[in-house]
Amino acid sequence: MTDFAGWRMPLRYSSERTEHLAVRHAAGLFDLSHMGEIMVTGPDAGAALDYALIGHLSPMATGRARYTMICAEDGGVLDDLVVYRTAEQEFMVIANAANTGTVFGQLSVRAGKYDAAVRDATAEYALIAIQGPAAVPVLAQVTGNSLDLNAMKYYAGAFGEVAGQRAWVARTGYTGEDGFEVFCDPADAAAVWEALEEFGAAAGLVAAGLAARDTLRLEAGMPLYGNELGPDVTPFEANLGRVVKFDKPGDFVGREALAVRAAAGPRRRLSGFTVGSRRIPRHGYAVLAGGQPCGAVTSGAPSPTLGVPIAMAYVDVSVSEADPEFAIDIRGEAVPATVTDLPFYRRSK
Amino acid sequence: MSVPAELRYTPEHEWVSVDGDAATVGITDYAAQQLGDVVYVSLPALGSEVTAGEPCGEVESVKSVSDLYSPVDGEVIDVNADLEDDPSLVNSEPYSTWMFRVRLPDGEVPGDLLSPAEYEELTQSAG
Repeated sequence: MTDFAGWRMPLRYSSERTEHLAVRHAAGLFDLSHMGEIMVTGPDAGAALDYALIGHLSPMATGRARYTMICAEDGGVLDDLVVYRTAEQEFMVIANAANTGTVFGQLSVRAGKYDAAVRDATAEYALIAIQGPAAVPVLAQVTGNSLDLNAMKYYAGAFGEVAGQRAWVARTGYTGEDGFEVFCDPADAAAVWEALEEFGAAAGLVAAGLAARDTLRLEAGMPLYGNELGPDVTPFEANLGRVVKFDKPGDFVGREALAVRAAAGPRRRLSGFTVGSRRIPRHGYAVLAGGQPCGAVTSGAPSPTLGVPIAMAYVDVSVSEADPEFAIDIRGEAVPATVTDLPFYRRSK
Repeated sequence: MSVPAELRYTPEHEWVSVDGDAATVGITDYAAQQLGDVVYVSLPALGSEVTAGEPCGEVESVKSVSDLYSPVDGEVIDVNADLEDDPSLVNSEPYSTWMFRVRLPDGEVPGDLLSPAEYEELTQSAG
């Protein structure tokens, strides 16, 4: 167990490598109840989110989801978010646990001039994710006729019943695999968890902790707030410029600064590396080119899929354009590192 | 979690087995469980001198890097090369996966090593 943004979280249930591989080949079950749920409701809820976030949420159909971000006026990232439209006048914004207070506060202020209400509903939801190629057949055993999981699109969601309990079930996740996230009443969470464990056991489902979640998302090239994203990072540096919807109508917080940053182009860019050693490049370690620092590692881990350590790092664009020989300073030793396209892992469809 | 009766222990979670003038050192089951999957072990160089209570290597797991401490003074006379190929042995067989051997000067066993009961108490009070 570990302390994570004020929550007691399982770092691992057994072995993080076993849990990681179970998600890649069968299924893993995650307790993500620490994630923040912020409800934005009312006739102008979509318009309020269009102003508050860098995405274009108002045209999204009910039952769909978007990956987006909330930025500061200067274009820095305050959090990355998944937003579900759960009803015509209701959006559920999923924030990282450490940022829930910030996101709730900013959304409240930014929605001020709109006919929309903002409510922190984090305590009203438990979040259980089932991820992996066996997610559909396992979850289907406990949803009865309430949901057509096979027909549900990626980044879509619907209300249904899981183990007899009402839940919002969405085909989203943070592992690079097919899978679902189940938002339910905390009072029902144990029943949902136990049913999925019971019906998943035969398919090889195992409980998976934070450590496996981190290596899974890293292989999938997904950013983690606090590592790849932060108030000193713009979406362009994180290769996520497509998330900034400049073509949406009206102003949004950060538009002006982001337009300037987009025109200038990023000075550093998030890059993938593999290293030829068992030693792990970790957050903060320097990236070297010709012995000179040219960037810093944001996340690193042994990749169970690739069999070598992998890392994401911000590297000066002026250096990477010259395609030099890179190394990563692992506690005083310059370990050769190879630039690798992101993501490190992409599931076969 | 197991704490074999025939071994001695340190507060830094190493186990020590003394045979004649040689001490064999590894890390405990408790330490291995706390670390999670071990991915890399850096051992002291053969022939180097290690000092009791001083770091002489590193044990790296998915989530952390921890110093490896020598429980005894002396010269390193052997290191476990198997760990280079398969560091996960530390997790699967912590007590048969020794890390390094030290020749004890004058063959003397330090008196401040913990008994199995003392070590078990220490891990329990740590939660």
